[in-house]
Amino acid sequence: MGVSTNLYLAAEGAAAAATTGGIWSEWAGLMLIGPMLAFVVIVLFGKRMRYQGAEVAIGAMAFNFVWSSVLLLLNMGDSGVLYERSLEIAAVGGGLVFELGWIVDGLSIMMYWVVAAVGLAVFVYAHGYMKGEVRVTFFFAALSLFAGSMLVLVGSPNLVQLIIGWEGVGLASYLLIGHNWELKENSSAAMKAFYTNKVADVGLVIGVIIIGITLGSFHFWDLAAAAAEHSAALGPVAVAAGLLLFFGAMGKSAQFPLHIWLPDAMAGPTPVSALMHAATMVTAGIYLMARTFPLYQELATAARPWMIAAGTITLFGMGLLALVADDIKRVLAYSTVSQLGYMMTAVAAGGYTAGLFHLFTHAFFKALLFLGAGSVIHAVHSNNMSDMGGLRRHMPDTYRTFVIGALALAGVFPLSGFWSKDEILATLGYEGYNLVMWIAVAGAFVTAFYMARAVALTFFGEYRGHGEPHESPPIMTRPLWALAVPAVLAGVVNIPGLKLPWIGSFTDWLSVRSVPMGDHHAEAIDVGLAAAGLAAAVAGLWLGWRAFGPSAADRADRDRVEIPVLYPLLRQKYYLDHAALGLVWVIRQPAARAVNWVNDYVIDGVVNGVGALCQRLAGLLYGGVDQHGIDGVVHGLSWGTSGMGGLIRRIQSGRVQQYAGLLVAGLLLLAVVVLFVL
Amino acid sequence: MDLLDSWALTLIVFLPLVGALVALAIPKEREEAVKQWTLLVSVVTLVLAVVVAARFDFGAAAGFQFEVDLPWISAIGANYHIGIDGISLPLLVLSALVVVLCVIYSWQHWDEPRNPRAFLILMMILATGMNGTFVALDLVLFFIFFELVLLPMYFMIGIWGDRTMRKIPGFRKEVETRLYAAIKFFIFTLFGSAFMLLGFLALYFKSGSGGQQSTFDIPELIARGHLFEGTFAWLVFGAMFLGFAVKVPMWPFHTWLPDAHTAAPTVGSVLLAAILLKLGSYAFIRIAIPILPETARDWAPAIAVLAVIGIIYGSLACLAQTDVKRLIAFSSVGHMGFVMLGIATLTEVGINAAIIGMVAHGLITGLLFFLAGSIHHRYHTREMSRLGGNLKLMPVMGGILGFTAMASLGLPGLAGFWGEFMALLGSYQPLPGLSTSFFRTAMVIGAIGTVLTAGYMLWMLQKVNLGEPSDEWAGQEFQDVDRYEMVAWAPLIVLIVAVGVYPKLVLGVTTDAVVGLVESAFRAVGG
Repeated sequence: MGVSTNLYLAAEGAAAAATTGGIWSEWAGLMLIGPMLAFVVIVLFGKRMRYQGAEVAIGAMAFNFVWSSVLLLLNMGDSGVLYERSLEIAAVGGGLVFELGWIVDGLSIMMYWVVAAVGLAVFVYAHGYMKGEVRVTFFFAALSLFAGSMLVLVGSPNLVQLIIGWEGVGLASYLLIGHNWELKENSSAAMKAFYTNKVADVGLVIGVIIIGITLGSFHFWDLAAAAAEHSAALGPVAVAAGLLLFFGAMGKSAQFPLHIWLPDAMAGPTPVSALMHAATMVTAGIYLMARTFPLYQELATAARPWMIAAGTITLFGMGLLALVADDIKRVLAYSTVSQLGYMMTAVAAGGYTAGLFHLFTHAFFKALLFLGAGSVIHAVHSNNMSDMGGLRRHMPDTYRTFVIGALALAGVFPLSGFWSKDEILATLGYEGYNLVMWIAVAGAFVTAFYMARAVALTFFGEYRGHGEPHESPPIMTRPLWALAVPAVLAGVVNIPGLKLPWIGSFTDWLSVRSVPMGDHHAEAIDVGLAAAGLAAAVAGLWLGWRAFGPSAADRADRDRVEIPVLYPLLRQKYYLDHAALGLVWVIRQPAARAVNWVNDYVIDGVVNGVGALCQRLAGLLYGGVDQHGIDGVVHGLSWGTSGMGGLIRRIQSGRVQQYAGLLVAGLLLLAVVVLFVL
Repeated sequence: MDLLDSWALTLIVFLPLVGALVALAIPKEREEAVKQWTLLVSVVTLVLAVVVAARFDFGAAAGFQFEVDLPWISAIGANYHIGIDGISLPLLVLSALVVVLCVIYSWQHWDEPRNPRAFLILMMILATGMNGTFVALDLVLFFIFFELVLLPMYFMIGIWGDRTMRKIPGFRKEVETRLYAAIKFFIFTLFGSAFMLLGFLALYFKSGSGGQQSTFDIPELIARGHLFEGTFAWLVFGAMFLGFAVKVPMWPFHTWLPDAHTAAPTVGSVLLAAILLKLGSYAFIRIAIPILPETARDWAPAIAVLAVIGIIYGSLACLAQTDVKRLIAFSSVGHMGFVMLGIATLTEVGINAAIIGMVAHGLITGLLFFLAGSIHHRYHTREMSRLGGNLKLMPVMGGILGFTAMASLGLPGLAGFWGEFMALLGSYQPLPGLSTSFFRTAMVIGAIGTVLTAGYMLWMLQKVNLGEPSDEWAGQEFQDVDRYEMVAWAPLIVLIVAVGVYPKLVLGVTTDAVVGLVESAFRAVGG
């Protein structure tokens, strides 16, 4: 096992050797602007276009795919690419400056490419999937906004722009999850997603504020430099800032207990789920942790146990929830949550490359699985696996690609998921988190088990639904095959000890970065650990198949294996939704009502009381003097208002001149008062 | 162009008033002529404001430009002193713009009892008051303009307002909502103004204690800041605080606002939200802080507490509303809380936050009130329980409502974000001498307030925009956004995006002025 510890020097050396990437970097900002522009164009003109705006969205994404592929290739060379550009959008005083710009380095190139590759496949698929649906134009506009915001996020050289992209992603997810907003269920799911993320964003925003004020800069580069030299200013607040940023990441990357929005987010059309779970949303938190990695590595080390704890609970506890879900998208959603737990745990444990590598491979097989699920749902018109079964005969392409995705997710050798999961296990072992490592192995077992269940219930046995299901059109199956290729092969780029000619390795891709950092990458396979992980996966698949496969005796048994206490606990999702709803209820009902009551009866009670008192006093003092004016408050308050109340009535009858005269008189009076008083 | 330089601000202030007087001469029946005339006047005023902005020397934004200083009431040393710097310029342009948009919107939207001439005349008088407040550099002048806006708004609410009868606790008879709201608005503000005037007078008399001639001149008073200290300064600040805080409005002086907004005609609400609320917070920055910096530091924690209460309180109150217009009105309490929190930090970032927050709130909440008015116009109700599916019945209107709600909840990339974010940014490190832990607590509470803000905005959208329209509206034809609405709203939408993406549009002119203000105010007192 090769070791290279403090890599700051190495990274800086790599940065020195890097090329700028020429015009491909200098104009890389076009990748950020393109989808945003597509959003605006589609909103304004999409309805008049031949394909309702889909062509613009797909075109922008294809452009990004080509551009980011060139960058990816350039970065594979010996030197790597490093470029950064920022434009000031405001100096705000106190020496602080807000900037927009883009960064081109190993990390961002990888993200650009994943977003573009997955995005392109999903957009093309969506063109077929959404045929005949409502609001297709707006759907593609929002998809573009989704991808564009994510690119603004991952391309950001500073924390402020990151927030802009971050919440843009949140907005787009709101629009897309709630696409069919006629149903309250969907609009509520959209709100839940936006709102949970907004709660998490409080952490992000405060964390950014702490860093920005402390360093006088929002640049990632300055943050990394401060971390590397153990800045005395940043030191005392580093753990707080680190935990707050992490809290933000917990929202987007669905870490326990802020994951509750993600399973509900499948209320959106399936292409949205594919995009969200693979490329454009849930990876944002992992990306943030990777981008600010030196902070955690050097200064906020005390934050890391908390992050690992959250990640570990997420990877194991949320995986269990997939065991009891009937909705196929829900199974996949919980599997995403669980895999995000793996990534977060890895990054928090110091496995920068390991976490990102799993992000990379996961993007392909999870997008593939969701699109496959969408294809199935399209055919059987139901999300529930109880309405499926035996689909392998009806939908061969979907079946084959889905199985590939499921095996990759389960971590079966030699598919991509095997390599990335193994790297995470190796990192955890290397960093000395043995308990966490074994929980992760157990998690791999659970993953394999529920995927076997999902495949068995969906594609094997007898068809239980209605009508005659048939394969989806080529526009939908081709993206499936396109994603199946990287789902199988993507692991090749980071096999320990293997350095491919031309391509290099994933670790090398990421080694050129604008933010210097150290991390560990194994240089040889730990055969024992890899075998343990593989054994867990195979055991999970086998047991899952035994329990839910077509040979299982009874259908009722096959659909459900109910264990007392645990089963209801899992079905109720650990009662976390109840807790969240309870909290919202407290704010919405007693708290809000109390405030409103205070407003109307306490504060206004004083105001009205004073008014009424004046009225009574006036009544006492002036007797019936002005009883013939309008009644009520008006005449009670004062001579002036009483006069004006009458005036109002006069103007209503059209005598504006009187009013104007009175206004002038009032002004004169005012001037006289001023003069007189002085 | 010298002539223009010396007359531009005067024209911006008094052209609307002259226009109003001329409009009086047009017969009431010739509505079109009145409308065209006021549009012309307001557009010319806006053009002048834009010309001023274009000719403004951004390199010297910290100093006053286009200054005019003429003797006025020599007996008391009150001068006609006007001028503009980086702090007031964006607000002046905003004010001129919003008036034009209001005239355009009114074209086809008249609340009963119609009478466009009277309404437009009031609007023009209001414009003079608002523009004048932003350029006045003499306390007497400032006071007159500050008070001048009261009367037209009083009449707008009282005449064109909501006529439903309402039972007020403590009073025997029911009153019309519009009367109650108008009087409440008037009395509240007058109450504050009385104290404010007292504060101004105290400053005037004290300013002569150095053996010099007493003065109302704001820059001169700033220069003589050392004369005001101790209990005197504390009391004077308190008196001015009352006057300004009512106008902002700060909790607990805010209760006139939901009533006034809800009862006011659409354009009245827009002007009230977009400009009138800014007069108070502007006065803090223009008058109270620079003249009494040391005392401002004593008062800052109290202001911060009220601001933070306003943020949370306003948001929670929003969640309890059933009337969409009243909800928007309450949202102003929260948003202005952020503005005041920024001011309370007494930092460059915080005061900058307040100004961009004011501009953003003017654009966003102005647009929200336009929308609330148009929704009411279509459905003849603002009860959220009866609305729903608006996006289906009127896709464009629903879309704009969604956009504006997102801007209002502070979505980054739109104008509303910067004010909130920078106010929190400033609170993390307030002016030296202020308690850091105190303001950081305020920052956290304020940040939690943004979550509540998102809560009621999303809830409002779900209630009004989403879902299926209720059967009540089945078979009815709804006119989606009409031409006048589109023309009135488009500039606001464009500006919300532009300021959001490129905040330098506002901060580019304010930052130097704010830095200058903070430096000169607090360098002397060891800041």
